Amino acid sequence: MLARLAAVRLREIRQVLRQVPQTSRSFSTALNYHIDTPDNNPNLPWEFTDVNKEKVKEILSHYPSNYKQSAVIPLLDLAQQQYGGWLPVSAMDAVAKVIEVAPIRVYEVATFYSMFNRSPVGKYHLLVCGTTPCMIRGSREIEDALLKHLGVKRNEVTKDGLFSVGEMECMGCCVNAPMITVADYSNGSEGYTYNYYEDVTPKRVVEIVEMLRRGEKLPPGTQNPKRIKCGPEGGNTTLHGEPKPPPCRDLDAC
Amino acid sequence: MGLGLLASRVLRFHTNRRNLLRTIVTKPELQSPEASAAAAAPDPTPDLPPRTPVAGARVHFPNPDDAIEVFVDGYPVKIPKGMTVLQACEIAGVDIPRFCYHSRLSIAGNCRMCLVEVEKSPKPVASCAMPALPGMKIKTDTPVAKKAREGVMEFLLMNHPLDCPICDQGGECDLQDQSMAFGSDRGRFTEMKRSVVDKNLGPLVKTVMTRCIQCTRCVRFATEIAGVQDLGMLGRGSGEEIGTYVEKLMTSELSGNVIDICPVGALTSKPFAFKARNWELKGTESIDVTDAVGSNIRIDSRGPEVMRILPRLNEDINEEWISDKTRFFYDGLKRQRLNDPMIRGADGRFKAVSWRDALAVAAEVLHQVKPEEIVGVVGKLCDAESMMVLKDFLNRMGSNNVWCEGNGPSPNADLRSGYIMNTSISGLEKVDVFLLVGTQPRIEAAMVNARIRKTVRATNAKVGYIGPPTDFNYDCEHIGTGPQALVEIAEGRHPFFSTILNAKNPAIIVGAGIFERMDKDAIFSTVETIAKKGNVVRPDWNGLNVLLLNAAQAAALDLGLVPESSNSIESAKFVYLMGADDVNLDKLPKDAFMVYQGHHGDRGVYHANVILPAAAFTEKEGTYVNTEGCAQQTLPAVPTVGDARDDWKIIRALSEVAGVRLPYDTIGAVQSRIRNVAPNLLSVDEREPATFGASLKPECTQSISSTPFKAAIENFYMTDCITRASKIMAQCSAVLLKK
Repeated sequence: MLARLAAVRLREIRQVLRQVPQTSRSFSTALNYHIDTPDNNPNLPWEFTDVNKEKVKEILSHYPSNYKQSAVIPLLDLAQQQYGGWLPVSAMDAVAKVIEVAPIRVYEVATFYSMFNRSPVGKYHLLVCGTTPCMIRGSREIEDALLKHLGVKRNEVTKDGLFSVGEMECMGCCVNAPMITVADYSNGSEGYTYNYYEDVTPKRVVEIVEMLRRGEKLPPGTQNPKRIKCGPEGGNTTLHGEPKPPPCRDLDAC
Repeated sequence: MGLGLLASRVLRFHTNRRNLLRTIVTKPELQSPEASAAAAAPDPTPDLPPRTPVAGARVHFPNPDDAIEVFVDGYPVKIPKGMTVLQACEIAGVDIPRFCYHSRLSIAGNCRMCLVEVEKSPKPVASCAMPALPGMKIKTDTPVAKKAREGVMEFLLMNHPLDCPICDQGGECDLQDQSMAFGSDRGRFTEMKRSVVDKNLGPLVKTVMTRCIQCTRCVRFATEIAGVQDLGMLGRGSGEEIGTYVEKLMTSELSGNVIDICPVGALTSKPFAFKARNWELKGTESIDVTDAVGSNIRIDSRGPEVMRILPRLNEDINEEWISDKTRFFYDGLKRQRLNDPMIRGADGRFKAVSWRDALAVAAEVLHQVKPEEIVGVVGKLCDAESMMVLKDFLNRMGSNNVWCEGNGPSPNADLRSGYIMNTSISGLEKVDVFLLVGTQPRIEAAMVNARIRKTVRATNAKVGYIGPPTDFNYDCEHIGTGPQALVEIAEGRHPFFSTILNAKNPAIIVGAGIFERMDKDAIFSTVETIAKKGNVVRPDWNGLNVLLLNAAQAAALDLGLVPESSNSIESAKFVYLMGADDVNLDKLPKDAFMVYQGHHGDRGVYHANVILPAAAFTEKEGTYVNTEGCAQQTLPAVPTVGDARDDWKIIRALSEVAGVRLPYDTIGAVQSRIRNVAPNLLSVDEREPATFGASLKPECTQSISSTPFKAAIENFYMTDCITRASKIMAQCSAVLLKK
């Protein structure tokens, strides 16, 4: 009798345990601390190029001279463009020196924003949107297609150094979901582009990758030929005429 | 069968499948707090019994017109404008739970534990960041507030490991206490907890970052009070963690305080790790003697062992911080201790003897030398009582050559204003221009430096510094390295002179390292010239300060421990070192007989002929005067080691053996003798300001030498015999002072 009760109890406990998901939580951001490597350590020299030094001055001129630290995000972005898409520690130190704050204040910002890469990326950094609307429209298949085509894992750079695939949260193109972003670091900060390719399919992203590899230009925006920007497929179905003003704004009628 | 059936019925009742997945117990008032709050309808009762403010919180009205009235749980309180809701609640006697809020740090408002309900506010408000407004009706005890706290606590515990049994903070953990008081009795979280890599912050602070609840107190402490911008909040969301990003140790002399302010067990003391639980410790309120600040400490001991040292609140001296040296030198109290009286034999080795023999040998030699050949030197850790007794004893033997190390060959004990900090440590907060002469407060007196930093941060006070190049954790103008810079300012040739002239409350701080210089009188008279010209000393303001180095210095000068001749050591035949390890004995004749009375086998013992073991400051009652002239008392926390005795008792015994019996049989008798000499030493915990200013000083005839000022302390972590014996301090100086 008691043995049977114990067996029932044991089965119940096992059932409860099975309900506990045993997966670890994954974070989209990389490590929040730095490990010295030969290509990324505080002793490496890092400086803005002469052209970018002018840009730094221009950026700093947007802010009051006693609030230089406000320029941290634009400067980190500039540094990232200059250095081929990622920020080594010495670049963050250089930014800290420009805005006259302790380096840790820059590290805090750089680790907070997932757009700042703290490990090397490819010349074309492909960011797949993974937020709900894109996910429902198949962003996981798109990422899988990209990863399979390039033969890498997420946040890994291809052997030729051309491509890397990352994940990004909502970039505001839900109406054209799914979408990817291509951050183009191949031409330094002068030729830097950050283009959205929307309405992509697993087939289309592979084509995009191949076109980028060949150096072809392709128009950003929707990849669905039947759509114009974010309009509906096959042209407008509504809002054909001039929109009527809301009655409250019709001042003459008042 | 009967019993089995009964058991199965009972068990079946409990093994109901639905009960397996436990949920939070919910009550109707938790479901709809607003409705039940309305149902309860607590009409404000005007005659509530008056409540006592939390932790003695005081209200200070800078301007009576700015007082506003708020209601906390219906109880009206008057508070000055600009106070936060949390402070108002504290004055009303309601303790609001909090993690990120700390009264001495900036407000972050990120833990959300202090949520309270405010009438007409749609949501609970974070009371630590919300300014109290006139007529605000704050409710701390409503279902809304309770539910909010319970929810916040559940979120905080989501990622907090349940490792209290192996956590050093257990028993004094804010999270533990507050989850008992305000948390739910169960959680709904079934996913994996996150884990965080531990950081290496150096030999003092142990980190278990998985326990961190991201209150950012340590980040704010490091940035605002310690002045080392090393710590930061990295990452975002649930991946957020505290760290230094790059591998970096926390090289601050105040880093140990993050252990105290950490509300959980994320930052704990490395030397104290797994040593004791806080409820097994006996706390003894005492005074720190490793520098001249006299920080108030609590010595936590278990049996005969000092387990740790914690700060005690004293707004006038150390606020609630202590330096790392104060906090961690205690392991030096267990090493290199002198246990037995010893005599050096003919073979040069020490032999343990009885007290009777040791005293007899010392007394016999004492009678063989001439009175003027007897010299007594008092160490930097000595208390006033033993100094008084030693001086009386040597005076009875006919010698008047007794002084305290660090006070220099010809100390000025006549004018008290010439050796104490006249502005007082808390008075430094009113200063707007500092001139530091030959002193590095960060090394010499970390708590004074923290006070200067606080002033510089709050009021942008200017700091000028004359001395060897050194690190400051605030903006500082390096004027020069030697006395010439001082002369330039005195003659008005340096631009800093006009800065002093234009200042409202200027302060000059002279380091006690200058006492050792031959031209110290000339330097002091130059400083006094600056003070006179710059209006530094006025009836309502005294900005002329001396920052002493050692705990014994001020009391020694108060008691008049001044050698009769400045070179008495050259002709000495009998030297009595009472804990003096850093006195320069190069000129001492080789045949001089040396008695070392002290608690550590340090430098003073090398040449000693007789060793008399004494009690350390943790083992005796003694009076110390700090650099601002405040007399404070240590209390015995642990028993003495081996055969050691209190310093004054040893000299009292020696005087009897030597035939000049001193009339002190109790410490009370010594203190009544002190009352005749320096009555200020007996008004404990009161700062006795100096009566006469420097204007009474005779004209100085010395000329200033051009030798630059030297650093008074080479190694912050090792300044006296206890800290030199400490392993932790050795680690600190090896790791943290590495350039």
